[in-house]
Amino acid sequence: MSLVAGRPWEAEIAMDRRLLVLLGTRKGAFILEGDASRRDGADAWRLRGPLCEGWPINHVCQDPATGTLYAGGGSPWFGAAVWRSEDLGQTWTHSSAGLTYGDAGPKMRSVWHLTPAHGVLYAGVEPAGLFRSEDGGVTWAHVEGLSKHPTREGWVPGNGGLICHTVLAHPADPARMWVGISSVGCFATDDGGVTWEARNHGVRADFLPDPYPETGQCVHKMTLAPGRPDRLYQQNHCGTYRSDDAGRTWICLDEGLPSTFGFPIVAHPTDPDTVFTIPLNGAEQGRYVPGASMAVWRTTDAGATWRDLREGLPQDHAYLGVLREGMAADDLDPFGLYLGTSTGQVFASADEGRSWRRIADLLPPVLSVETALVGA
Amino acid sequence: MATVVLPRSLSALFPLAQRQVAVTGGTVRELVDGLDTRWPGMRDRLCDPGPVLREFINVYVDGEPADIATVVTDRSVVHVLPAVAGG
Repeated sequence: MSLVAGRPWEAEIAMDRRLLVLLGTRKGAFILEGDASRRDGADAWRLRGPLCEGWPINHVCQDPATGTLYAGGGSPWFGAAVWRSEDLGQTWTHSSAGLTYGDAGPKMRSVWHLTPAHGVLYAGVEPAGLFRSEDGGVTWAHVEGLSKHPTREGWVPGNGGLICHTVLAHPADPARMWVGISSVGCFATDDGGVTWEARNHGVRADFLPDPYPETGQCVHKMTLAPGRPDRLYQQNHCGTYRSDDAGRTWICLDEGLPSTFGFPIVAHPTDPDTVFTIPLNGAEQGRYVPGASMAVWRTTDAGATWRDLREGLPQDHAYLGVLREGMAADDLDPFGLYLGTSTGQVFASADEGRSWRRIADLLPPVLSVETALVGA
Repeated sequence: MATVVLPRSLSALFPLAQRQVAVTGGTVRELVDGLDTRWPGMRDRLCDPGPVLREFINVYVDGEPADIATVVTDRSVVHVLPAVAGG
């Protein structure tokens, strides 16, 4: 664990309520800082970064229980690590102690996702596996049960690698979790990670001879529905899905969407029937928004119908995509939505996705977006 | 003690780390151990399990390419250099 010296911007920490949009990018973490009014205007958002020494950062998040910021990624030279900041991103430490498969195992390449839950910090990594830290990311232990799954020998990487990119914790029961691995699928544990079950029934793998294998599905992202933790939504390489039985069976929600391919999926903060996704034109068609015209798609009836939300988003020659961690909601009312693009723009909506405005541009490709509400 | 020269991108990850430091050790591995004692965590930045040097970390002892087992002397100058990588 090491300390990185403070940055010259040395921002003062105001005591009013501020909204942080936490960005992981190909060239470091960034923080967009605004006030809770989410007002418009050129001076509404202040950008800080690049943080974490410009490492590729796949995910930045805040532990709401402690206020600590975490960033996960990997340097081509110096390996995988989890970065930590206790002063809202002004100074950072980093550690990878215990973040290893050992001398005989594969080399750790990168940290892809961080989930703080029930006093534990979980890290999904590449090559795919799950690690846990009980001391805020200083030291790590391998959750071996997932790696010992009988299908492990057959796991194959997707385009982004063999990555554990989603870790969902049951809101009330620490023993229950779900993970998403590309291109392997969804797994769940009901015993705190000792044993895991593949839960992919009903999810297509159109790129395999058997389109409904036990594992091999290319899950891109999953999210839990609020207030209904046995309901999950999934954006997959091959469709959009909902499960109402904790992932045991999945229902395809593709009808009404412009494509079956996309990455992010974000749940409404309180309504289990509302979810947002950003379809792209297809896996082999360039992976940008259909017709180069950008839209966020929303269902308010659990996927029975969809509508596109376009106001303020670029509608012509928008050859961009949004990656799996690239969209997030805030905790305000009405809630806001934020998305970061593969071409370095950040768009924000203060009205639950109905209208959008660009709040940052010319950033490196955005890999993740999260929010944190801080201050009195 | 050998003289170890570190790259800026590595020293920036550790508080008060010097770019040039005298370290006791008879091999590159022992020098890495010495660096890790001084700045805990530095071994993980330089080595994969084994330990072996990371794929894109190059070490030169007195100008010659070295690996983790290369012998060093008290008069050795050891350069740690990031390889051409990234994007």
